Amino acid sequence: MSLMHASSPHAHGPTATSRVMAWVLAATLPGIAVLCWHYGWGVLFNLAFACMAGVTLEALLLTLRDRPVSFFLKDNSALVTCVLLAVSLPPLAPWWLVLTGVIAAIVVAKQLYGGLGQNPFNPAMVAYALLLISFPVEMSRWSAPDGFVLGFSDSLAQFFGLISTPDALTGATPLDTFRNKGELSTAEFWANPTLLPAANLLAWQQIAIAWGLGGLVLLAKRLITWHIPVAVLGSLAVMSGIFYVIDGSQHASPVFHLLCGAAIFGAFFIATDPVTAATSNKGKLYYGVGIGVLIYLIRTFGAYPDAIAFAVLLMNFSVPFIDYYTQPRSYGHKKARRGIKLEDKA
Amino acid sequence: MSEYLLILISTILVNNFVLVQFLGLCPFMGVSNKLESAMGMSLATTFVLTLSSMCAYLTYHYILAPLGLEYLRTIAFIMVIAVVVQFTEMVVKKTSPLLYQVLGIFLPLITTNCAVLGVALLTLNRNSSFMEATLYGFGAAVGFSLVLVLFAAMRERLAVADVPRPFQGPAIAMVTASLMSLAFLGFSGLVQI
Repeated sequence: MSLMHASSPHAHGPTATSRVMAWVLAATLPGIAVLCWHYGWGVLFNLAFACMAGVTLEALLLTLRDRPVSFFLKDNSALVTCVLLAVSLPPLAPWWLVLTGVIAAIVVAKQLYGGLGQNPFNPAMVAYALLLISFPVEMSRWSAPDGFVLGFSDSLAQFFGLISTPDALTGATPLDTFRNKGELSTAEFWANPTLLPAANLLAWQQIAIAWGLGGLVLLAKRLITWHIPVAVLGSLAVMSGIFYVIDGSQHASPVFHLLCGAAIFGAFFIATDPVTAATSNKGKLYYGVGIGVLIYLIRTFGAYPDAIAFAVLLMNFSVPFIDYYTQPRSYGHKKARRGIKLEDKA
Repeated sequence: MSEYLLILISTILVNNFVLVQFLGLCPFMGVSNKLESAMGMSLATTFVLTLSSMCAYLTYHYILAPLGLEYLRTIAFIMVIAVVVQFTEMVVKKTSPLLYQVLGIFLPLITTNCAVLGVALLTLNRNSSFMEATLYGFGAAVGFSLVLVLFAAMRERLAVADVPRPFQGPAIAMVTASLMSLAFLGFSGLVQI
């Protein structure tokens, strides 16, 4: 009996890691462009410095670990981590804040666990959460987008701490403002435009929509599946919808929750990280719903106005457990018994 | 009623005994190598912790306080916990050999779990009622179980990761626990108790 050789053409899969990462980088461009338009040069300095520091640290750590440096650097994953971290940082962040974040992301959250593919926590979000807890003042230095934007040289001087940031320049994010509205009802809050300038609101909405466009590119290129973004945004909308219907005078509308924070950015770019997200489609839905619900709970009842980082980290932490219970049955086998096995020890 | 819910949320998430108050770290590190054994430990701890916080409350308020022996509370609670653990072990062994197989080896370990003693002492400081003390113990146990099981699932994954040699084993587990603790800080401010 002779074995038939299947002849070519064989399908060729061009989705190498470096290509995927390059597309993710490309998909961040609309968001970055709108961020720069509203917040000026600071965003670009954060980006450039984070990428430079990130790639250097990655190369250093790979050398220390005796791994092929150029092979791993070419996969662009360090760049993606640094870009995602840099766009989450406030535009008036000083250089040492960026550097601390990059060290936490690349050294602790990524290389200590064995590099790309083995890190249980999203590196960019580890860094963000760490910075938010350690340096709350610096992490709230968002400039007010309606006003005056620093020029190139002033931004550079500010980045390196040569001039101090004028306080008048900084403004709270919409979620922050809403959280601190105190006794005001929602209607009174919106009726008073001095609390939340329309330009500020508009800027955040435009940024969110730009991230959404980038996310759609990722979906169209099939680099991510619909499950996680839909689950995150859907559960956030449902949660905020329920509370809005119950007590509209104290809780913000679903639209506000979806558009006036990092929800869309988080749903498309952060939560979908293939390494730290759940693997099966069912698992992805559980994971996404968990993130959405946690975002709403922490935003509304917790101490932090935007909760993407904590929600993602908490669900990252649950991912091995979710994967354990949502592993699909393999064809021809019975469904595996999970949990405590009694008869094994009997 | 909402008071009870707040106690549960506070003990499970906001003031999680392992990740926020750093009590009960020995079983958290020691029994988290395998998911199955972590689940067994969680069940046993939940049972004993709830029971022992009830017993400790009764002991303090009906024996120690009337006799003016409050200063003996630490020793008394250690005794109570040991008795509860032994009692549970005997009852479970006689009535349900199957359950004993699951919980058996973990029961003696619970005596040395500082979270159990911690709960008994902390409920005293909070001046709680009997029902609150019970819920406090139950919530603490559920919080402990939650992080123990999730951590065990994560450690099974870490066991096959290409971790640099100096960080293999307990070192990377400690780093992971610290990152989990970082994530749990997100719950701070959720409820004030």
